[in-house]
Amino acid sequence: MAQHKINYLQEAGLPVALTTVDKLVQWGRSNSLWPLTYGLACCAIEMMATGASRYDFDRFGTIFRASPRQSDVLIIAGTLTKKHAPFMRRLYDQMPDPKWVISMGSCANTGGMFNTYATVQGADRIVPVDIYLPGCAPRPETLQYALMLLQKKIRSEKASRKLAPKRLV
Amino acid sequence: MRPYSDKQNVQKKPYYSDRYFVAPQIPKEAVESDAVFAKDLATLQAKFEIKEAYIQRGQLVVYIDPKDNVAVLQTLKEACAYNMLSEHSAIDWLAKSNEFELFYQLLSTSKRKRLRVKCFIHAKEVLQSVYGVYKSADWAEREMYDMFGISISGHPYMKRLLMPDDWFGHPLLKTYPLHGDEAARWYEIDKIFGKEYRDIIGPEERDSARVDENDTYRFARLGHEVPFGAEPSLEKTFHDYQEEGGVTIVKTLKKSESKLVKERP
Repeated sequence: MAQHKINYLQEAGLPVALTTVDKLVQWGRSNSLWPLTYGLACCAIEMMATGASRYDFDRFGTIFRASPRQSDVLIIAGTLTKKHAPFMRRLYDQMPDPKWVISMGSCANTGGMFNTYATVQGADRIVPVDIYLPGCAPRPETLQYALMLLQKKIRSEKASRKLAPKRLV
Repeated sequence: MRPYSDKQNVQKKPYYSDRYFVAPQIPKEAVESDAVFAKDLATLQAKFEIKEAYIQRGQLVVYIDPKDNVAVLQTLKEACAYNMLSEHSAIDWLAKSNEFELFYQLLSTSKRKRLRVKCFIHAKEVLQSVYGVYKSADWAEREMYDMFGISISGHPYMKRLLMPDDWFGHPLLKTYPLHGDEAARWYEIDKIFGKEYRDIIGPEERDSARVDENDTYRFARLGHEVPFGAEPSLEKTFHDYQEEGGVTIVKTLKKSESKLVKERP
């Protein structure tokens, strides 16, 4: 037995890594962001392309989930109409904390070219948005970049942070 | 005398309407020029009062009394083989004559002919549903009610088609504002949060040319935000990866320590 004894101080070092709980938890959270499978308009086509094999969201640990109860990112991909706004808010409310929102494309950001009676003028009137992603429609690379920025944002946050008082809830 | 209006800088006005503009009309031909249409019209004229009839772009246009609409379409379907109602809606002429102009666009697949039945109804007049004759009138009539507020009697499920059920007003009326009326502007806020949240959330931003002075700050390069009016930061953006922060297991490739191998060992 004794001959197999490992000298930790000499070989690869102690199998111990020192870090903070915040860092560890947020590292875990940021690398398994599960967005909701939720498309509203043409941006959803780009979102599907991002999720598919060529751009491959899975390598970020980002797997689309079919239920709001299993997801922690809401990607608002497309034109949000006033008729649909209550449903989107309901989906957001059903997601467990912590949760983040990416507003994808001009229509979700500001209403875009639909400056009309039937379109919500910016999804941030309904839900608090973390990342605004410009474009009409944004390329898959843009969505990837937005997700990486969101990961960065999450890593810089505290794990045990008090949830910011959301003005809309 | 016409009221005086200043004609300086008409090009600078966003909207300039020529008072003498007359919309170009597609030439109308007599019904007798087409034997098939002449026969159809004769069938109709034997039973109903036809106010006007002509051919435009190879399609017969017939003006009827709105009270006859179901019977006319029944006749056209059964006696004249117009087996499809492809389009049915209304035109808002309320400002001009307090009327709606309704049209039923019909198609005969056996005769390869299109026929348009038209009629005028007053603003409050109730129209009989043609759902019994053409099934496609179902959604067309619901949409017409939704968009114009035209009441239809005898429809099996008269409900709004496009707008939500609790919507106020009829959006395709020419009097309806493009940006929505009071109820439309606050629709989602009222429904989700309640009316008391109007003050918290504030009105919609409808001016697409508006520039917010905070935008310089908000939309600067990430990590290089500068206050309004200041020169943009020239600091270089470095790519930082999470591995550099010291994540266990994962290591970044250090190019200085790597070695290029010319041949496979």
